[in-house]
Amino acid sequence: MYPELGQFALILALLLAVLLSIVPLAGSITGRESLQLFARPLAAGFFVFTALAFAILTHAFMVDDFSVAYVANNSNSMLPWYFKFSAVWGGHEGSLLLWILMLAGWTLAVSVFSRHLPTVMTSQVLSVLGMVSVGFLLFIVLTSNPFDRLLPNVPADGADLNPLLQDFGLIIHPPLLYMGYVGFSVAFAFAIAALINGRLDAAWARWSRPWTTVAWAFLSLGIALGSWWAYYELGWGGWWFWDPVENASLLPWLSGTALMHSLAVTEKRGVFKSWTVLLAIVTFSLSLLGTFLVRSGVLTSVHAFASDPERGVFLLGLLGITIISSLALYALRAPVVHSRSRYGSYSREIFLMLNNVMLVAATLLVLVGTLYPLVLDFLDLGRLSIGEPFFNLTFSPLAIAAGLLLGAGIFSRWKKTDGGWIGRKLLWPLAVSILAATAIMVIYGGFEPWAFAGCFTAVWITAATLTDIWDKSASKKGRWQGMRRLSRSYYGMVLGHLGVAITMLGASVVSNYGIEREIRMVPGDSVTMAGYQFNFLGMTQRQGANFTANVGNFEVFRDGRAVSTIRPEKREYQVRRDMMTEAGIDASLSRDLFVAVGEQLSSNAWAIRIQYKPLIRCLWLGALFMACGGFLAISDRRYRVRSKLAAKVAAQEEAAGGKSAPTEALS
Amino acid sequence: MKRLVLFVPVVLVVVLGVVLFAGIGKDPNHLESVLIGKPVPAFSLAALKQPGQSLDSSVFQGEVSLLNVWGTWCPACRDEHDDLVWLARERGIPIIGLNYKDKREAAMAWLDTLGDPYRLNIFDPEGRLGFDLGVYGAPETYVIDSKGIVRYRHVGPVDEKVWQQDLEPVVRKYREQG
Repeated sequence: MYPELGQFALILALLLAVLLSIVPLAGSITGRESLQLFARPLAAGFFVFTALAFAILTHAFMVDDFSVAYVANNSNSMLPWYFKFSAVWGGHEGSLLLWILMLAGWTLAVSVFSRHLPTVMTSQVLSVLGMVSVGFLLFIVLTSNPFDRLLPNVPADGADLNPLLQDFGLIIHPPLLYMGYVGFSVAFAFAIAALINGRLDAAWARWSRPWTTVAWAFLSLGIALGSWWAYYELGWGGWWFWDPVENASLLPWLSGTALMHSLAVTEKRGVFKSWTVLLAIVTFSLSLLGTFLVRSGVLTSVHAFASDPERGVFLLGLLGITIISSLALYALRAPVVHSRSRYGSYSREIFLMLNNVMLVAATLLVLVGTLYPLVLDFLDLGRLSIGEPFFNLTFSPLAIAAGLLLGAGIFSRWKKTDGGWIGRKLLWPLAVSILAATAIMVIYGGFEPWAFAGCFTAVWITAATLTDIWDKSASKKGRWQGMRRLSRSYYGMVLGHLGVAITMLGASVVSNYGIEREIRMVPGDSVTMAGYQFNFLGMTQRQGANFTANVGNFEVFRDGRAVSTIRPEKREYQVRRDMMTEAGIDASLSRDLFVAVGEQLSSNAWAIRIQYKPLIRCLWLGALFMACGGFLAISDRRYRVRSKLAAKVAAQEEAAGGKSAPTEALS
Repeated sequence: MKRLVLFVPVVLVVVLGVVLFAGIGKDPNHLESVLIGKPVPAFSLAALKQPGQSLDSSVFQGEVSLLNVWGTWCPACRDEHDDLVWLARERGIPIIGLNYKDKREAAMAWLDTLGDPYRLNIFDPEGRLGFDLGVYGAPETYVIDSKGIVRYRHVGPVDEKVWQQDLEPVVRKYREQG
């Protein structure tokens, strides 16, 4: 009974979304406010029924209703309750429903938090979000119904959740990632609405900014969690594989980063409008492309969903309509007149433009690398993948160049900056970076050009950022008062940039100084690596909730002192008979010790993989910094107080071409 | 003129769309089954013709074989049946059937009237092994090597073309490996 109600709720949500996409928009075009006022209630109704469908599917998982095909395929009565819960988004249909729930959530959030915007704008933005929702609701209702029944042959038990997904990381990774992906739909909707009514101005940029920033922060967290999960769950000890699905999440992140910066310029200075609106469209399009790549089976990946050509065609059609129509609207409506605002050659505008060039180049690079196999196949040149070497070779220089630019750009001012002054400002960061990077080379023993460049850039960004705080916090009332006077959005920016530096440091060090060895060990053997001695004591057995495990016991010593005990597992999940490697990791900020058990080579000999991973935690710590920076920035006072002043401020900004006080920095 | 430049993104997206469309349905490296390279999931099910006899995954040991998922309720299985008979009789390919979510009497009658290409048939009325294999629907055909490892999966009916282009090269490869 319940599953049918769930399906009914989905259909109702679809109908409400159809109304949402038509009625308020029609009202805004004909100028009838009574129709525009339907936007909020419709958005709320759309959310309520989507949430209801999601709750019903969750209920089906919790009570083991295996008459529902999706539950039978992705759950099992032996599964612990929290994995039954996360199994809701363990497969195609459920994760799509989660996607739509997020979209409904964002739509609701826009309708709640944009009460101070002009009604016309709100109704148009909500209408555009409604259109996107209609597409995806049609997709789920027509091709991927999660409530399909297996009647009358109800299986006695479910086929179980893929053991790879039975993990804490996967409980929260998809929701965060989807929050990010789908969150960019808001910036997209603002851009489309602005194109429709021809009001691409500073006020539009100001309204889009917090939404973009918060979506970006979620996406950063989602990507970092995915990388962390791959690191400890796949058992290879790698943290980024340039896998198509990983790239699919990196693409909107890169262009979203460009969008955040471009929005800042448009808000403060009223320039780059066309470019910014294009980026907003492109960023959401890349989110959609990622969804398509994961679900259509056009590319091989470790975590693609079961492929189905029919779904692929539907999704591609949906994508095509959304992207082509929005780009066509852009082509017809975007302003082509040059803005009158002037800026000099070392101005902040120029630095941010270069930042955008770098980020867009990186986006294109990843896009080309990801789609290259498809293009080759299309041209009948055979299927092959270009993989890691291409990305590492081309992406690293871009990342370093962007980092160096960032360090210099921090000191720049709007309109014009004295180039010589920036040069003098950069002397200290330069000296500190050379010293610190050299010190890192000495500590890890050995000069590696890429490691040096990466560490240099990381320290460069950090030193420049700290110098900037020092300069800006100068105050007659003392340093502490000066620090307090700086805005939250400024500190958000600082955290974000420090996060980039930390991630860069971690990536450079672990890629160049990490040690990996695969060796045959029998109980009693020991091996020494990077000063750590690993003693293999032997294998024991353990019975888990729904698996049995062979547990390797390792003692780790350093300089004769016990450091830790590591217990990697090789699990056999009972329902699917899948073998899973559960790596044993001794984690600390300075290094991870990673042990994984491989194949059994003879009666008591095992293939053991031991890795020493210096500074690998910095990768994810940096992402955490970036996300916190994003959340801090949107909590800034100017986004809260404005409710009363919104219209007035917007009008002033437009008139003045966006003045900015010298202390009010880019965020 | 400037306005025309703004149409460049639209054109790029259309081109990209064509490439993506061409990519749909092509099986990327035939890796869609998570079971490729892994043993056939463990099972213990009755044989179709001898209800008392219990079969397990040891039936795949010894030589390269095809595992064909079928049911009398499936029209596409009827289409491929003659080709399977041809494969078994003319080419001597060992085919093991997985009678999937079916009725025993119906399946026996089917084999009596249409001919029996199968070396033996696993009777799986509840679709247990089918679940473990990740069967989308019938028919599906798997190439299993002599050690019982899944090497290839074909979704949809097998005909002469599919056999020559997709299945036979895999069968030959793993026969040569022993």
